[in-house]
Amino acid sequence: MILVFIEHKDCVLNKTSLEAITAAQGIGKDLGLKISAVIPCDKDCALAQEISNYDLEKVIMAKNEKLGIYTPDGYTDAWEQVIKATNPTYVIMAHTYQVRDFAPKLAARFGKEVVGDCIRYRNEDGKLVFTRRIFLGKLDADVIIEGDAPYFVTFQSGAFRGDNAEKGGSANIETMDVEVGEIRMKPEAPFQEAKASIDLTKSAIIVAVGRGIKSQENIEKAQELADALGADLAASRPICDAEWLPIDRQIGSSGQTVAPKVYIALGISGAIQHIVGMKNAGTIIAINKDAEAPIFDIADYGIVGDIFDAMPVLVEEIKKAKS
Amino acid sequence: MKIIVLMKQVANKDAVLRVGNDEKWIDESDIAHQTNESDGYALEEALRMKEAKGEGEVVVCTLGGQSAKTVIKDALARGADRGIHIIVENDQKLSPHQIAKTIADAIRDENADLIFTGLQSDDASYGQTGVILAELLGIPHATIVIDIDRESLNGNLRVKRELESGWYQWFVYQLPALLTIQSGISQIRYASLKGIMAAKRKEIKEVTPTIEDFGAAQQIQKVYMPLKTKQTQMLGDGDVKRGAAELVEKLKTEIRVI
Ligand SMILES: Cc1cc2nc3c(=O)[nH]c(=O)nc-3n(C[C@H](O)[C@H](O)[C@H](O)COP(=O)(O)OP(=O)(O)OC[C@H]3O[C@@H](n4cnc5c(N)ncnc54)[C@H](O)[C@@H]3O)c2cc1C
Ligand SMILES: Cc1cc2nc3c(=O)[nH]c(=O)nc-3n(C[C@H](O)[C@H](O)[C@H](O)COP(=O)(O)OP(=O)(O)OC[C@H]3O[C@@H](n4cnc5c(N)ncnc54)[C@H](O)[C@@H]3O)c2cc1C
Repeated sequence: MILVFIEHKDCVLNKTSLEAITAAQGIGKDLGLKISAVIPCDKDCALAQEISNYDLEKVIMAKNEKLGIYTPDGYTDAWEQVIKATNPTYVIMAHTYQVRDFAPKLAARFGKEVVGDCIRYRNEDGKLVFTRRIFLGKLDADVIIEGDAPYFVTFQSGAFRGDNAEKGGSANIETMDVEVGEIRMKPEAPFQEAKASIDLTKSAIIVAVGRGIKSQENIEKAQELADALGADLAASRPICDAEWLPIDRQIGSSGQTVAPKVYIALGISGAIQHIVGMKNAGTIIAINKDAEAPIFDIADYGIVGDIFDAMPVLVEEIKKAKS
Repeated sequence: MKIIVLMKQVANKDAVLRVGNDEKWIDESDIAHQTNESDGYALEEALRMKEAKGEGEVVVCTLGGQSAKTVIKDALARGADRGIHIIVENDQKLSPHQIAKTIADAIRDENADLIFTGLQSDDASYGQTGVILAELLGIPHATIVIDIDRESLNGNLRVKRELESGWYQWFVYQLPALLTIQSGISQIRYASLKGIMAAKRKEIKEVTPTIEDFGAAQQIQKVYMPLKTKQTQMLGDGDVKRGAAELVEKLKTEIRVI
């Protein structure tokens, strides 16, 4: 059988769990395995009913009073018992920050590791081959897992579509009282930082700079281009880490998610954590000196070359075009 | 207080990658190396913690071939007190579990109060080495740590974790603990000339481990350039300036934002 993880905060679903269900249903069909969903919670989880509408055999509510708020110790203990009680072949999860936090620990407890952040899989005569993106998106690697089950696999957000998860079942909801040992970390309540002073989600045009901009002094050159276009300036994470631009200009999984009409990426390689923040832009334009940079995979228009050659010409031509 | 920082050597970010002959990894023959990005932040945070506490020792540990020694030397020049080099010439063929196990065996007797790692490597990006290591050592861990309350350091430690889409959460840990550090936690210092001179006198212990087989390893069958999913219109044909001029034309006539 296959176990699939349902992630939630206060019984509110993390939608990537539906993507995990889609992945599990595909693998289940390929290998002829039944699927159960696992929801760790401190009470009769309000989510269980909703999840039981999907085409699953069972919904297992792993219950313990210590599971009200996520901790890696609590979740690992709970999962360990569910796995021991059910002997799954595969354990499938979405590669969220929470899963990154506890899944490797859980796998290690079974003497395993996680095949993490996969973007797809294929079935070769009953043996699954998983594809992971490595070197920050520059290469793909096909990976197989040796040894006995359970196999732990996580999929990248967007690798499967959550709205493709098949409904139509009426899965049994089963409560499993799990034991949870000492929790060695004390969580406080999650919070959001004060509102960003600039809301890039409303920008029509964004000019974004990456590490290719080289130094803080050069930011000015990109600003000139942004001004000529009437665009807002944004950046990849390393630029904000270095404090060349404030953090509220950061685009990506830990920054803002934007969908402007036009997004111009200057010297940005196109790592997944950046792409998730801008892939829905209307038109994506990339300028990068590396013709193999992954950003070109999602760009509508590309220029291979030095941004310092391109920027002044762009400014000049835009001014001409506007006058 | 003793802090061990795990640092790894990876291919330089700007290196042009070619698939190796065996199609199982990149051709490393003329690849320049650098220290993994988040590991530099892990070291910086360790140095700042020691400074805040006013006492303690920062030990850097790397697993890799002889070339990886530059990672340790650079860290010593920035202020780390000593190094442990676990020498494995062919570290590429090791899975995260094997690496974590080998490191665990090499540092267990150090009984560190804290272990810092980067949050994930820029090459294989398993993001697991630290978490597995914590489990093997039997200590609690936190991943994606973006801030540490250095004032809280009295047996307890308050750390801020990055969650998704702008959310954060503080956790309180008892030591010992392992933290995987996110890039940007604080600004990284450069090595001073004095630091570079002082580093020459610092100890680097070499360890030659026996690596245990690991039956459950994930194995790379093949690496390749990602398949393109989108038709990208390339402009300028190698001539950047012409490309820029063509782009402005597109912005005007097709995309219509000028
Ligand atoms: C948990 C987690 C969360 C993260 N969150 C985010 C996030 O929210 N946002 C984000 O952006 N990243 C995030 N990252 C980091 C991400 O993985 C990448 O490291 C980062 O996006 C890389 O930034 P970059 O493209 O600017 O730099 P690099 O990857 O170093 O790319 C620089 C690019 O510039 C090109 N270049 C260099 N010089 C020139 C030149 N003169 N002309 C033209 N091109 C040039 C190079 O060819 C290269 O492609 C996160 C990572 C993790 C693990
Ligand atoms: C040439 C080559 C070939 C490879 N072939 C394979 C293969 O066939 N199969 C396979 O499964 N993997 C292969 N790999 C991946 C390699 O084994 C990984 O680097 C390793 O498994 C650790 O994973 P990671 O570095 O991504 O760890 P992560 O968990 O992403 O690293 C997190 C943190 O752990 C610490 N850390 C990790 N490794 C070390 C280290 N060596 N020394 C000190 N600190 C460390 C660092 O602080 C790092 O920031 C290959 C790598 C190379 C370079």
